[in-house]
Formats: sequence, C-alpha cells, structure tokens
Amino acid sequence: MSRSRKNRDLAAIDGKRFSMDGALTVLSVVLLLIVVVIPVASIIYNSFFFQGHFDPQLFIGQLTDPGNLSAMWNTIKIAFWVTLLGTILGTFYAWLLGRSDIPAKGLMRALFNIPYMFPPFLGAMAWDLLLNGRSGYLNKLLVSVFHLESAPVNINSLGGIIFVEISYYFPFVFMQVVSALERMDPTLEECARIAGAKQMTVIRKITLPLVVPAISAGALLIMTTSLAHFGVPSILGFSQNIFTLPTKIYAVISRTGGSFEGIRQGAALSIMLVVVVGLALILQKKLLSSGSYDIIKGKSMRPTLIKLRGAKAPLLVLCIATLVLIVVVPLVMIFLVSLVRAYGLPLIPENFTINNYLKVFKADGTKGSIINSLMLSVGAGIICMFLGTLIAYVVQKIKPKGKEALEILSVLPYSLPGTVLAIGVILAWSGALFGISLYNTLWIILIAYIARYLSFSMKSSSAALLQVHPSLEEAARTCGASHMESLKDVTLPLIRPAMVSGFFLIFLPAMREVTTSVLLYGPKTRTLGVQIYALRDAGMIPQAAALGSIAIVIIIVCNTIVTEITKDRKGV
Amino acid sequence: MANVTFKNISFRYGSNQILKDFSLEIADGEILCLVGPSGCGKTTLVRCLLGLNKPETGEIYVGDTCLFSASRRVNMAVERRNIGIVFQDYAVWPHLTVSENVGYPLKKKRVAKAEIAQRVKDTLALVNMSEYANHLPSQLSGGQQQRVAIARALVSNSSIIVLDEPITNLDAKLREQMLEEIREIQRKSGTTILYITHDQQSALQLCDRMAIMEPDGTLCQIGTDEDIILRPSNRFTFEFIGISNFIPVEAEGGTLCLKPEGGRFPWPDASLPQGLSTKEPLEVGVRPNDIVFDPDSPLKVTVTRSVFLGSEYDYFVTLGGKELRVQQNALDAAKYGVVREGAETGIRLLNYRFYPKKEVTGV
Repeated sequence: MSRSRKNRDLAAIDGKRFSMDGALTVLSVVLLLIVVVIPVASIIYNSFFFQGHFDPQLFIGQLTDPGNLSAMWNTIKIAFWVTLLGTILGTFYAWLLGRSDIPAKGLMRALFNIPYMFPPFLGAMAWDLLLNGRSGYLNKLLVSVFHLESAPVNINSLGGIIFVEISYYFPFVFMQVVSALERMDPTLEECARIAGAKQMTVIRKITLPLVVPAISAGALLIMTTSLAHFGVPSILGFSQNIFTLPTKIYAVISRTGGSFEGIRQGAALSIMLVVVVGLALILQKKLLSSGSYDIIKGKSMRPTLIKLRGAKAPLLVLCIATLVLIVVVPLVMIFLVSLVRAYGLPLIPENFTINNYLKVFKADGTKGSIINSLMLSVGAGIICMFLGTLIAYVVQKIKPKGKEALEILSVLPYSLPGTVLAIGVILAWSGALFGISLYNTLWIILIAYIARYLSFSMKSSSAALLQVHPSLEEAARTCGASHMESLKDVTLPLIRPAMVSGFFLIFLPAMREVTTSVLLYGPKTRTLGVQIYALRDAGMIPQAAALGSIAIVIIIVCNTIVTEITKDRKGV
Repeated sequence: MANVTFKNISFRYGSNQILKDFSLEIADGEILCLVGPSGCGKTTLVRCLLGLNKPETGEIYVGDTCLFSASRRVNMAVERRNIGIVFQDYAVWPHLTVSENVGYPLKKKRVAKAEIAQRVKDTLALVNMSEYANHLPSQLSGGQQQRVAIARALVSNSSIIVLDEPITNLDAKLREQMLEEIREIQRKSGTTILYITHDQQSALQLCDRMAIMEPDGTLCQIGTDEDIILRPSNRFTFEFIGISNFIPVEAEGGTLCLKPEGGRFPWPDASLPQGLSTKEPLEVGVRPNDIVFDPDSPLKVTVTRSVFLGSEYDYFVTLGGKELRVQQNALDAAKYGVVREGAETGIRLLNYRFYPKKEVTGV
C-alpha cells in the first residue's frame, strides 16, 4: 500500500479510470493550445527560422530599418502621452464626479462612459472630417472666417493622434477610479479631517494614495491598448506617412498583398511590438509598485461630498465642454456627414439626403459585413463564455499542477496586441500545420477573436467562482448529487450572471473590432469595422459615415439591452 | 444500525500531518461531541467521513457498510454515502428557495414530487421554518439559514447527521434554543449525531458522550460529560474544559509548598500522590469552584476583584504574585458571607490535581 497517493485519485480508487476533473483540465489545455500557444509559437518560429533553419537576417533587417525604428518611436511617444494625459484627465473627472457636489452627476457619468463604447476609429474619422489639414470642415470655416493662409489645426499629426486616443481611452482610468472611490470607506477621509488635515491635504495624503491601485490598473490598460492600437493612427497617420508599429505591420502586409514574405516581415515587426509592450509593462510595474490596500470595502457607503463653492460653475462648464468635445462633436459630425450628398459640400440641409444609407446597403458586402460581425461577435462571445468559465473552473477549483501556466496562457493574448495575434493566427492556421487552412474564412477571424477576448470572460467567471464557496458544491455532493450534477445544479446557476456579463464584455468590442479583422478578412468575410474602413479608404466617405452611424446605433442598442439585463438580476 | 467506526485514519495536507492513526467509535443513536481547539483536525475528520478528503490509511464504517478502506481499496463516492451534514457556513444554496434547498436531497434520490412536497413540509415544520418555505436564503437571518441547513440534513432520513460548528455564528439566546432543537430532533428521529465544536459549553449542554481532541490531532479522552469534567485524563482536558488555575508546587522537607511567583506558602493539607516525584517541576491544578475561603488557612490571599454574576460570585484573588479565579455560588455566599474587594483571607483547595509543569510557551 503506497502511502504517497494523492487525494486527486479519489475517482481512481473508485475504480474509475477517467475522472471529470482530469477531462476538464485536458480540454482546457487543448483549447488554449489551439487559440493561444500555436499562434504565438508560430510568430516566434517564423521570425527567426526560414524553411526549417535559423535565419536571423530578416529580423535584424527589420530591426535596423529606419522606417520601422521611427514607427517604434512614434508608438512609444503616442503611448506615453496618451497614458500620462489620459490618466490625469480620468482621475480628475473621476474625483469630480465621485466626490464633489457637482450637479447632474448621473447624466454626466453616463456620458463619460460613451467614449468607451464608441469605436475609436469612428472618432478618428469624425475628427479627420473636421480638422483635416486640407479639407476639414472646421479648418475651412476657420480659414474663411479669420482669413488665414492655411489650416490652423492639422489633426493628421502625432498630436492629433494623441488627442483622439486620449478622448477614447481616459474612461479606462475614469471608470476604475470612480468605482474605487465609491467603494472606499469615507470614514478614512473623515478621520483625517477630524485629525485636523485640510481638504487639499486629505485629497493628497489619503484619497489619492488609496485609489493609486485603481489609477495604476487603469493606466496600464490605457498604455497597453494605446501601444497596440491600430484604428486611430491608421486613419489619421497614413496620409502623412506617420506610422506606428501596428499600422506599419498592416502596411507591410497589405503592400505585399498578403504574401508569405510580407507576413514574415510582419511577424518580425510583431516581435518588436511585443518587446515594446513588455518593456512598458515592466517599467509601469517599477514606477507604480504600490502595495494593494484592502481597506477598499465591498460595502457601498455614502461618501461625504466635497463642496466646490465658487469653483462649481467653472468646473461644471469645463465638464460640459469636455463632453461636447469628446462625445457630442464626433457623433454629430459622423451623423451629419452621413447625410451629405457628396463629401466636401457644406453641411446645410439643402445638401442632405438619405441616399447614402440606401447606397451603403447596395455596396459590395455591407449586408454581409453586418451579418459576419454579428455571427462572429455572438460566436466568439458564446465560445469564450464557456471556454473562459471552463478555464476559470480548472484554475480556481480543480487547481491542477501548473494551473499558473494555464492562467498565464489565457490572459497572455490580452497583453498581446491584436495585430500580433492576427499574424500569429495567419501563420498557424493557413496551411502550415496539419494542412489546415482557414485563411479567408470566418473561422480564422473567430479564432483570433476568441484568443483576444478569452481573458475577459475568464476574469469575469473567475471572480464569480471565487464567490462560490466550495462547501456549496460539497453540500450538493453529500445530498446525493454526482460531481456533474453539483456543477449543473449549484455552481452554474450561481455564476450565470457573471457568464452573461462576460458574454457582453466580448460581444460589444467584437462588434466594432478592426485591428485584427483588417489583417484576417477575405473577400467574403469582411466585418462591420473592416467595411467602414474599406469604404472610407475607397473615398466613399459619406457612405462610411452612414455605416458608422448604423454601427453606433447597433452598439448603443446592445449596450442598453445589457444594462437592462444585468440590472434586475437576483441578489445572489 | 448506524454506529460509526473510524479505524486508524491518517491524513495529511502535503507535509502537514493532520490525523495519525485516529480511531473513534460512535454508538448508534447517540450524540457524540467532538471537541478540540481550532485547527486540531476535527473538520478534516468530518471531510474524511463524507468522502471529501481521502485518508492515507485506515477504514471508515457506518454500521456494516464500509465507506472507506485504504487496504481494500474501497472509497465510496461522496454522493452515495448518505450522511446528512450541516456545514460550518451552512452552505445553503443562495439561488434556491428554502423548500427547494430542503427538497434537493430527495430530488436527487428520485423521490416522487408529491412525496417530496410532503416531506419538505414536515421537515420545515420540525425546525419551525414552515412560514419561510418560499423565501430565498438572502431574506433569512443567520439562525434561520442554519435551520434550513439542518432541515436539509434531516429530510432524507440519513442515519447519521454531522454538525460542524453550526452555532458559532449565533447569539447566545439563539444558540441555546438551537441546541434544544437539535436535542429534540434527535429524540424524535433517533439519528446518530456527530457534533463538532471548539466550544465546550455547547458540547456539555448537548452531548451524550464527548471526545476531546488535542491540538496535534490525537484523541485524548472520550467519555460522558461527568467523566470529562470530574476525571480529566490529562492536563490538556483539564485545561481545555472549563476555567482552571495552575500553581507551581514543590516539596520542602516532607511537606508540600505552593510557590507562585513572588511567594512561598507551605501547604500542610496536601500530600503528594503515589507515583509522582518532585524531581520534575510540578503544578497543582484546581477549578475556581473548588477553591473555598477559609480565614484560618495558611494560604493567604488578597481579593482584588469580586463580580456578582447572578447565580454566583466570581473573585479574582492574588496568592503571592499569582492571580487566581475563585467562584462561590450564591447559596454559599449567603451562608458564609461575601468576601469584599481588598479583604485579606485564606483559601483552601479541593479536588486539586498534580500535573507536570508546562513549558512556558504562552499557550
């Protein structure tokens, strides 16, 4: 009788060779292999190996190319400024709406969240229409009013890219900090006041340090997103030859018409991008290595609001101005341009027509692209919902050896730029392995979406599973339920709300996805984002704006449904 | 028959040995309280019984049924063991109503719907929860949730019910009431009950027999509550159950001498029992209610505090530099008079026991 037998073979001692825990673990490993490991390994392999032998030439060539280096430098500059300014902006507005007595908070909070839903590349399109160096509507207006020689503002610049990215990414910090402020125990601040600290001292010494973890989490999100971002720099930068690494990769691949050589160059550039992201993550960790505080409670309490007194009116005006600038102007612009008969005509009612909407549906592939996007988003949402829950269950409950590796594998694609992921998927699943070629099919896009969004649903289910105390499942077992039945009767119903919200966390961004799709689409597999992008590229700007308006409506409708569904869930 | 037998159970988490060759027998239809300090392995034992932990060695029987045997490679699946359990945290399913919670074990046994409804109704009546049948657990108080958990353990007429520290979260009054109810339920159903607790007070109140576990997971005494209190088998039991005073003692020229810190008190009343020598340091242990006041005794004390607790007086007295607890029941106090704070008097020790001196480790 061996004494070293592990608890794990409970099932084996029952005479069962095949335990469910083992099966679940193996299944999640296999799925992660398909969607994560193989694509990532393919990138590394193809950058350094050519036809089976080591060949660093390509990589070195790419690394020393001045165009690529300037793209890398641009990427870093943009990410730096977007992160810095976005974090300051987000924290400031979070404090203003979370802690001060500024009026109309509810409405403003809802409005501040809009940029989060709004596809950034549509925003870039709107600003391009307004402030394009040659033909922007606002520029033309300013030139004629003030009799200027040339356009006063050119959005097609690094500054313009930074501005547009900030306006879409500061909500990351804003939302994190607002929720941290809400969960913070207000007595902590009150104690400081009672101890004689002034209002500003309290903010500086108590409030800010306590929300530092939230700020840093948000900043991290901004930084990784901005480093990997494709939409805004591609729309604003291409015409001026301003490249970032993600747009450079796209340019290289589309220039070579998707040839293997181009894809290999893209893969080498991807590695550069990954290195930049990795270095940035390390740097960020070093800079903000603050301990985590557990004094932020789950209970909701009513914090004491800080009276703004004389500053109230100016700050309110500032808030409204910001909202108008980042939310109202781009939305209205996209909508107005979608109505205009031809791009460049003044935006007056005489020039308005509904034809763009009709035309856009007649255009090649529009209907298909909406259907594709819906299918892909729903498909990726559902698959990720189950796969993410499966992995979360394995990691949280079964805890096999090497569960950390599983967890890292499932969140890895999250910090991998979408562009990189797309190249990995192309390399892995276009015939190189087992002769399976998914190129130009929806499946390849689906795999990329799953890899990209898997961590969303895993995190959501993970958090919910942590709340399900093991004794709940055990109680079911002792009541006569098999392991399977205890999962079905107890665990699944308890984490269902988290699974549903995981689904929507994936569905919404997948609906407006461009970064990966733009590299993976084929003639019949355009997605909504790609179609808008392509229409604009083809100069059909009013039609692109029309489709953009439709996309916005779809997103807003879906988002409303989500909030309605998640609002009235039972208090479990 | 539902007597439970643990034979030579060993279990460890990694390198942390929790139970080693642990054996225990629970008779059919009794309430056995397993008492021990937190972390001594009580819950681990329960989990072995339920099949949630797999012991390394040993056997577990319920009646004639073998639930687990390491040598014969028997390990019955959790769901087939048919043991009712009330978990420490109740483990009432938050997404099911009270009657769905209670009916779940029957549903899993494929009992007909009408019968389930009837039995759920009866069981809820037994725990006084009938009016809450359609409530969700989030609408119930802690005590009510616990009764749901008890009802769920009772409903399938399991021959054994295990209660794992079920009343620790309740207030004193509810705790009392719950213990009464558990007793009552047991009387009606004749179930064998294994009651796990670190709280000796509730154990004394409820049990037929008590089993005391030491912090290292060994069983140090098993017996009726009187046995345990009046005839503790070792210092651990004596100290763990009830309040106890310990005073260092030494022999000096034939007579014993109490030597608390900063004092020396010859103690002519007592003599060293057979088999004990003063070669190693000894302590005398005595319960507060076994100390009586006697002004003529050579053991002189100062009363520092006196608290009236309703049925008894609780004194803090100092013998030399050592603080002792003394309890005097109200009847004696009326008869012999209450000793005032600040008074100097003597004490006499009854029912004392000698134990080897414990290393000073702050336990």
